[in-house]
Amino acid sequence: MSLAIRVIPCLDVHDGRVVKGVNFRNLRDAGDPVELAAAYGADGADELVFLDISASSQGRATTYETVQRTAETVFIPLTVGGGVRGVEDVDRLLRTGADKVGINTGAITRPESINEITRRFGNQVVVLSLDARREAGQPSGFGVTTHGGRNSAGLDAIAWVREAVDRGAGEILLNSMDADGTTDGFDLELIAAVKDVVSVPVIASGGAGTVEHFVAAARAGADALLAASVFHYQTLTIPAVKAALADAGFAVR
Amino acid sequence: MTAGGPLVAVLDYGSGNLHSATRALAAAGADVVLTADPATCLDADGLVVPGVGAFAACMDGLLAVDGGRIVAERLAAARPVLGICVGHQVMFAAGVEHGSQAAGLGVLPGVVAELEARPLPHMGWNTVTAAAGSRMFADIEDERFYFVHSFGVRSTQGWPDQALPSYTEHGGDRFVAAVEYGPLWSTQFHPEKSGAAGGRLLRNWLNTLKETHEA
Repeated sequence: MSLAIRVIPCLDVHDGRVVKGVNFRNLRDAGDPVELAAAYGADGADELVFLDISASSQGRATTYETVQRTAETVFIPLTVGGGVRGVEDVDRLLRTGADKVGINTGAITRPESINEITRRFGNQVVVLSLDARREAGQPSGFGVTTHGGRNSAGLDAIAWVREAVDRGAGEILLNSMDADGTTDGFDLELIAAVKDVVSVPVIASGGAGTVEHFVAAARAGADALLAASVFHYQTLTIPAVKAALADAGFAVR
Repeated sequence: MTAGGPLVAVLDYGSGNLHSATRALAAAGADVVLTADPATCLDADGLVVPGVGAFAACMDGLLAVDGGRIVAERLAAARPVLGICVGHQVMFAAGVEHGSQAAGLGVLPGVVAELEARPLPHMGWNTVTAAAGSRMFADIEDERFYFVHSFGVRSTQGWPDQALPSYTEHGGDRFVAAVEYGPLWSTQFHPEKSGAAGGRLLRNWLNTLKETHEA
């Protein structure tokens, strides 16, 4: 009897539509986030993450409507990230039906926004989303990046995670920019390095290609495992991932 | 939304993801109204007390809308109340956060304190050991429910015999996951976020409302 390891599909949403290739069977409209969210919910997803990549405020408003429609139909936890700067963005997202909010660049730009959000809404609401990659100049060997990995933020990833948790972040969404898109497996070194310094749950992201990759990340200490394209293209299914985790001795829902 | 279901008031005191609770209850067959109006809260077949965030802040919000009196009057009249997450925690005598203690509603003895397990928050899907004779967990005894919290009640010392605790364990720390105490049901986890199992739990609660409604 223990907490189940969570398996989380991530949907990139642009102007209220799912992008980045979705090829899910039995959907009337593969671009509709609500329909896809419901399909994942039925398939056993433990949570859902929406990453809003809209460039305009109008696109963002459309995504908020999408979050609301999703929360009305899919009764599992919903994390929304993308463009979150502070308390007002979080307030708006929670009102539309998000349970947790991912903050990334907004926290790098103004770290005290983490304190402000957690003071108002509690630690459990704030997911520090972090794009990390190997960077020779950083003490831990891992640096924080922005702009989808193109720029260095000039921060040590491990020191940043520790600071964010000290400021109140309740969970870490750890995306490896070295592993992202490779389908060669999660970044086990990075997962272990982060798990070493924080006591909050860590969601591993980036690099999933096979069910064995999920098992390896769980062994490295991840509390939750996130993937996008392998689920969207049905290279893997959530039940298959969970079966592999269960076979390896991990509790699953 | 099903017309003609039991009327459920969700107490709106500025806390929590009220949207989810409202929608999940409607999906389970209730007519739901989100309100802080005392008369509506007293008259409804069921009252839901939600809550996320800090214990003391939730108590302040609750007392600001006369929530203590509403809950006390309902329970005294055997009218069903469902507390969720911090709405479960405030039913106890007190909460301790960051070294300072705040009074709760005191329906049951017990102090809400930080769990000793790691990782914290206790976040995700966990099992529940349902109390013998539990109606809350009827047909869902073996399901997992979604928890997200760092604080809980460990001891049931001084509880009346009629109060049934169901337990969950996280990292070796055992705490009260749910309470059934006459008209009071409360859950540390979020039934409104617990998928099909959570929906069944809400229907189990709505079924008790029909009994009091028809009585």
